Amino acid sequence: MSDPIVRPHSKSWLAKFGELVKDTLTSQVVTLWRVFRHLFVATDTVQYPEQQPHMFSRWRGRIILTRDPDGEERCVACNLCAVACPVDCIALQKTEDEEGRWYPEFFRINFSRCIMCGFCEEACPTNAIQLTPDFEMAEYKRQDMVWEKADLLIAGTGKYHETNFYRVAGKSIGGKDKGEARNELPPVDVRSLLP
Amino acid sequence: MTELFYSGALVAVIATLLVIVQTNVVHALIYLVLSLLAVAVVFFSLGAPFVAILEAIVYAGAIMVLFLFVVMMLNLGQRSRDQEKEWLPARTWFVPSVLALLLLIQLVASIPTAGLNIEEIGARAVSELLFGPYVLAVELASFLLLAGLVSAYHIAKR
Amino acid sequence: MQWEVGSALNIASILVVVIVFAAMLIWVERRLLGFWQDRLGPNRVGPFGLLQVVADMIKIFTKEDWIPPFADRFGFVLAPTIIMIVILLSFSVVPFAPGVGIVDSNIGVLFVLAMASLGAYSVMLGGLSSDNKYALLGSLRAAAQMVSYEVFMGISLLGVVALTGSFDLREIVLAQEGGWFVVPQFIGFVIFLIAGVAESHRLPFDIPEAEQEICAGYHTEYSGMKFGMFFVGEYLGLVLISSLITVLFFGGWQGPLLPPLAWFFIKASCFIAFFILLRAAIPRPRYDQLMSYGWLFLLPLSLLNLLITGVVILSAN
Ligand code: SF4
Ligand code: SF4
Repeated sequence: MSDPIVRPHSKSWLAKFGELVKDTLTSQVVTLWRVFRHLFVATDTVQYPEQQPHMFSRWRGRIILTRDPDGEERCVACNLCAVACPVDCIALQKTEDEEGRWYPEFFRINFSRCIMCGFCEEACPTNAIQLTPDFEMAEYKRQDMVWEKADLLIAGTGKYHETNFYRVAGKSIGGKDKGEARNELPPVDVRSLLP
Repeated sequence: MTELFYSGALVAVIATLLVIVQTNVVHALIYLVLSLLAVAVVFFSLGAPFVAILEAIVYAGAIMVLFLFVVMMLNLGQRSRDQEKEWLPARTWFVPSVLALLLLIQLVASIPTAGLNIEEIGARAVSELLFGPYVLAVELASFLLLAGLVSAYHIAKR
Repeated sequence: MQWEVGSALNIASILVVVIVFAAMLIWVERRLLGFWQDRLGPNRVGPFGLLQVVADMIKIFTKEDWIPPFADRFGFVLAPTIIMIVILLSFSVVPFAPGVGIVDSNIGVLFVLAMASLGAYSVMLGGLSSDNKYALLGSLRAAAQMVSYEVFMGISLLGVVALTGSFDLREIVLAQEGGWFVVPQFIGFVIFLIAGVAESHRLPFDIPEAEQEICAGYHTEYSGMKFGMFFVGEYLGLVLISSLITVLFFGGWQGPLLPPLAWFFIKASCFIAFFILLRAAIPRPRYDQLMSYGWLFLLPLSLLNLLITGVVILSAN
């Protein structure tokens, strides 16, 4: 049962009364005046659909799958993004083409679960998966929030233009054999060193 | 004014009866408030608007609120309702009611049937009386209230 | 039909205007609060968002009107009607302009006080019959708060009544021809203002429904139109308190140039805006703070005010 109005006994009655007036009237009146002045302050509201907010390129919004500068899919279906995702909303299945390139057979993101944390982008070794500043993704049906690879894959390189995984990796694919990657020495024939 | 009086009186009687037969305390209190308001209407129709409004403010508006306040604290549930039902079998209320009804009939019969002669007594007249000839009674009543206030304060302090 | 106090046309138009005005206040309050918080407030539905009220009403009317199975039906249904009836009845004694009003009662001020005290039942019954602990807490607070602040409200008015010598609100307005009562009765005005906010349990004194502590307090279980009645009832209370302040302390309809009704409207609107500003600016006190503030500060102050007024009147005679 604390009583806010009773002050320590050392003060005089008049001082207590003065403090009471200050607490209950003066400070409130000052507050009222300060808030009232906000009537003449410009509002901070952005009138959204008509007036688009300025989005920064590092904004974490709609997820895309990008292609490397050669126009091939960057994703190598390593599943690192799926593992990194805290809400487990990425599902994919690895497959290979006849040249030995790995790519996802399907790649599915359930955006109704995605929390736009960007962990997938950080985990991706090939810069394939990227988050973009687009945030207008509302749907009427929940099922429409599940995006397939066709919806995610874009034609360009996204935010990172240079990355080209197979050009630095040692794996041989069609048109690039072992040892032909950037900064890679030709393979050593270990048997030729035998005496 | 006569219609006002009779309708007010009728409401008061019915509401008071309902207060007695209700088993739910809250409902009974609501009917009691209604009955007090009806009595206020009766006062009004008898030319005493000041008393009527004081009845509404003090009894219906303050005292009954405190009753309700206490009921809230008591947490009366189904058990008290059952208990109330148990306490009101026909054999307890029948004979007293018949006797009371007899008395009521006698009372109604003995009321002079001459028309009511109503003159309105306003707030000024009442206060002139209260602070004129009856000032001593008013002061005594205020002493009584003060005593109540001080003792309530004392109990609250401990 | 004639345009005079108490004619059917007069009653009907006052009823309609007051209710429509109270409903519009929902929009006004949200816009004003928006501006005071550097926002815009509702501005989408119709011009300036004016039709927001219509949208809200459609929503409230079409919502399921649900009574919780554990609630006490009698009290639950009765509670929201009480607040509406009581506040609308209070408007019957308010003189809006010469010839505009419902009754000129010689107990007008007391009638308003009586209705205000009956209004406490709405909140209490609502909370009690909801059978919900938050609702019960809310109505416990409401009971204590409303009964206490009724006292200060009544005492703060007595100065005005003593200066006029009548409980008739129209006579009180007429008595202010020479000067508004806010000057001699400034303390009474401030106390009435504070008690009025507490009585209509609006922010900052919305302790019975403090969202952050007890859900929505006494109307936690209410939905649909029953909630709507509490909601509109709150705004009606706001209009009532503002009108009463105008009548009692600011000369009612009196003013130069403009027609009387316009003056009344302007003055009352200023107070409504002030109450909304209070909501925007002042934080809610704690429950015990509110009570001790009332009994330890407002009560002595209002008694002192009454005493001094009495002495001045007696010595002037
Ligand atoms: S942004 Fe986060 S939640 Fe969304 S898919 Fe990537 S890792 Fe999962
Ligand atoms: S998007 Fe990146 S992390 Fe995910 S599977 Fe493809 S390559 Fe691996």
